[in-house]
Amino acid sequence: MTLASDTPHSLASMTMVQAIRSALDVMLERDPNVVLYGQDVGYFGGVFRCTDGLQKKYGKQRVFDAPISESGIVGTAIGMGAYGLRPVIEIQFADYFYPAMDQIVSELSRLRYRSAGDFTAPVTIRMPAGGGIYGGQTHSQSPEAIFVHVAGLRTVMPSNPYDAKGLLIASIESDDPVIFIEPKRLYNGPFDGYHDRPIQSWRDHEDAHVPEGYFNLELDQAAIAKAGNDLTVLAYGTMVHVAKAAAELSGVDAEVIDLRSLWPVDLDTITDSVKKTGRCVVVHEATRTGGYGAELTALVQEHCFYSLEAPILRVTGWDTPYPHAQEWDYFPVPARVAAAYKTVMEGL
Amino acid sequence: MPLTLHVPEPPARPGQPSDFSYLRLQPAGQALKPPIDANPQDLRDFAYGLIRVLDDNGEAKGEWGADMTLAQKHRALHLMMLTRAFDTRMFHAQRQKKISFYIQATGEEAIATCQALALNDDDMCFPSYRQHSVLLARDVPLLDLMCQLYSNACDPLKGRQLPALYSRNDKGYYSLSGNLATRFLIGVGWAMASAIKGDTRIASSWIGDGATAEGDFQTALTFAHVYKAPVLLNVVNNQWAISTFQTIAGGENTTFAARGMGTGIASLRVDGNDALACYAVSKWAADRARTNQGPTLIEWVTYRAGPHSSSDDPSKYRPDNEWQSFPLGDPIVRLKNHLITLGEWSEEQHDEAQKKLMEQVITAQKTAEQAGGSSVNAAAHSHSIFEDVYAVMPQHLQRQRQQFEEGL
Repeated sequence: MTLASDTPHSLASMTMVQAIRSALDVMLERDPNVVLYGQDVGYFGGVFRCTDGLQKKYGKQRVFDAPISESGIVGTAIGMGAYGLRPVIEIQFADYFYPAMDQIVSELSRLRYRSAGDFTAPVTIRMPAGGGIYGGQTHSQSPEAIFVHVAGLRTVMPSNPYDAKGLLIASIESDDPVIFIEPKRLYNGPFDGYHDRPIQSWRDHEDAHVPEGYFNLELDQAAIAKAGNDLTVLAYGTMVHVAKAAAELSGVDAEVIDLRSLWPVDLDTITDSVKKTGRCVVVHEATRTGGYGAELTALVQEHCFYSLEAPILRVTGWDTPYPHAQEWDYFPVPARVAAAYKTVMEGL
Repeated sequence: MPLTLHVPEPPARPGQPSDFSYLRLQPAGQALKPPIDANPQDLRDFAYGLIRVLDDNGEAKGEWGADMTLAQKHRALHLMMLTRAFDTRMFHAQRQKKISFYIQATGEEAIATCQALALNDDDMCFPSYRQHSVLLARDVPLLDLMCQLYSNACDPLKGRQLPALYSRNDKGYYSLSGNLATRFLIGVGWAMASAIKGDTRIASSWIGDGATAEGDFQTALTFAHVYKAPVLLNVVNNQWAISTFQTIAGGENTTFAARGMGTGIASLRVDGNDALACYAVSKWAADRARTNQGPTLIEWVTYRAGPHSSSDDPSKYRPDNEWQSFPLGDPIVRLKNHLITLGEWSEEQHDEAQKKLMEQVITAQKTAEQAGGSSVNAAAHSHSIFEDVYAVMPQHLQRQRQQFEEGL
């Protein structure tokens, strides 16, 4: 983990929402080419408050409201990027990026390649994703596999306030287009999947002590969220917290890797861990078939085959649309994840 | 009475006589010239009328007729003729299997040529694939274009793109791609950026009649209107989207300019084969954009004289030689006749110029072929497949390049 900072580390306790807002504030201040827009992003400050106060501070030329048109938001951002700006745009929910698919896949991801570097568009697309909030079918999806499959995109997902700020700053600074997926279940506090326990707050959480000024975290770098020796868990977003809770529940000494950058991915950290533990479980909220877990499973199989003591298991959302009333039947709760740990440890 | 689904048909299919009565023409010189700060709501008649300058005798008529200097007219004629010579030769090269694919702009040369002359060289164009006249107007050497067409060792796009999908940032020509309408919208974003930075440059977006049916067309209009983006929104209505007549795109009993009206954008319908009108209207719209009056949508009425591309045979869906009866004629012939009427050009000079331009094209082609001409030249750039996907090549692509080199 690299910490590049130009100010003394004056730490503040921040929620993920505050950390994201702080990253945007820092970059608006630091780079006059950074502009922010999206639905309800301007005057109102975003439906999740991530851009609260920024229009007032930087003016309407830098932070503004957009029409309800995902394709329009992404398409115009590509034009701004080609001009020389560094747009940071918001899709209100990841579930609503689909109308912008053509702009993302056919234009944004391949502009550098098809023009041999003649044009580039360093756009960052922020989108709240993930379930666990009774969001139903169109406020809960985890579409990361769709982006991972597109050559030319970077896909990033933080799991705590500190990473959220450092990774968002790095994403905005990246000259590649970045899909920055924010687990909205983690916006105000960590969530380990125990929905029947009191809501936790980021206050006093060690990952919520965030430098107030500028710092960034390198993309393509995973983090060990919990060290362990028995098996390797590959997780990201909300599932990092669930995976840790499942380790406690199962008593298995799991090593939980928070991938942070989904693609390009930090393969070295993954293979080092699996070669040490000899076992691997992949956990994500997204549906299973064709999900990102399939790619992770294939990579581990290719690179760690001779170290593996058991088949690689995946604990994921079911291959169904995300239901409303059956929220906790769908969401991979600690009990389901712990059962997989035990299966991998004890044999199928 | 049972309902029936209405599926529009063109007025004529192969073997039938052409009928262009649907075009809603208007005599040259009849359309007035509104002030550049006109309220879009007051321009309704322009969206349904037709701005024309050159009459059937080659004379310039009306308020739009005075904008072009004689030197600009000569320049426009030169560029239009160069575009046609280039297209003729390159279409032929495709038939000889020297290049894999080609797209001509035959019959539409006046529109992009004259708009390029009305813009500043640093205004950014977001073309579709029939606006390469812009590149010629901005003095891009023929050889540069040909190297892209040949995917050869000198191809600036390293063989990654289909022929004719050029990219020239330094010449204000945005990277082309095969998917339609996306760049019409991206141009609006570029124009917004120019406004955000307090720049004076403007954008010019291009789309065909068929692609106006894509969602990004309407989205572009909305964003251009909401933010008063300094952009020219050009709809080239050449009547055909491959085999589908413009009524399948929604042109029946309306105009494409009318779409702009509904969005609150100043919208004009113009004779696209009339070089003087193309220049004057482009200049009007550029002045409007450059003075913060907002976007202009222009429907250019023209006719796609050639096949859609080298992969298309129009005799299967429209009358042969239909272009001969298109009432707006050939843009090159009309400008030529105008200059002859002025006493500034002659048939002999025209023939001589045409011959010289073709020689120039052939010379460039020979040079391009020396740099490695073949239908698809993979070898020239095979090792660069993995470059430029990202700013810096990530590990997984380094591994794949290694596998490629090992033949895996």
